[in-house]
Amino acid sequence: MIEPGFLAELFTSFLIVLGAGFALVGSWGLVRLPTLMERLHGPTKATTLGLGGILLASVMFFQLTQGAWSAHELLVSIFLFITAPISANMVAKVHLHEERLSETVSVGSAAGKVPASPGAGDWATYEAPHRDTPVTTSDK
Amino acid sequence: MRRLIPHPGLSVLLAVVWLLLANTLSFGALLIGIIIGIFLPIFTAPFWPRRPQVRFRHAIPYVALLLWDIIVANFQVAAIILFRKDDDLHAAWLPIPLELDTPEAITVLAGTISLTPGTVSVDVSACGKWLLVHALDAPDPAAEIARIKARYEARLKKVFI
Repeated sequence: MIEPGFLAELFTSFLIVLGAGFALVGSWGLVRLPTLMERLHGPTKATTLGLGGILLASVMFFQLTQGAWSAHELLVSIFLFITAPISANMVAKVHLHEERLSETVSVGSAAGKVPASPGAGDWATYEAPHRDTPVTTSDK
Repeated sequence: MRRLIPHPGLSVLLAVVWLLLANTLSFGALLIGIIIGIFLPIFTAPFWPRRPQVRFRHAIPYVALLLWDIIVANFQVAAIILFRKDDDLHAAWLPIPLELDTPEAITVLAGTISLTPGTVSVDVSACGKWLLVHALDAPDPAAEIARIKARYEARLKKVFI
């Protein structure tokens, strides 16, 4: 007869190992991918499922052992989902600046140089947003 | 025009976040949550002059689809990191033509692209009609652009009016 406590521990252990595994793979991606823009993919992505697994394990653990639902993990994941794309975006924008500043051919991405903006004007990192476009939030 | 509750959705969200922070469903926590939900949007209303029109019955399936895609794509990126040689990696810049025309909708699309592994949104064009995306592995950039437009942008057009 397997006691329920054992199953609970087995399940949470599985989630923790899964989450930690994804965090490890993301960190390894940071080390081994060729250049800055590719490296950006590793850590920003590992946080989503890596941390997701660990947080889910935390929720399950407190529910199964103490019978109390904990909501803080949900908040942590919401804040993470809001902030992770922004920090990735900031690093990418720095890359755009770096590339324009450097005289030599860019080595920041295996995909080559940043393409020119196909629309009217440049990318918004280089140029102020045009008026009356979706980029501005003016009240109409 | 000044309204008593400028952003009803934001008010509800703030109250819910407060309850989650307090981690209880007591009357006191609910009361403070409601007070925060009413007054914080009023004080921050100058920062948010417009009110995005969101259709929640389309937003909920979109969030479900997004969560599923994040899980699936995490495994794909993990496989790329572990098993793919650098020479076989087809990183690409993808300029995506935007049909969405509100700042909120474009922000949600950019966030979606960054959260789904394998792609990171880098920049929006100054004219607001193009989104620059970096893809970790896109052997066929045109197909990847079409996939993002069909899978996310088409759905977001229904969420944001």
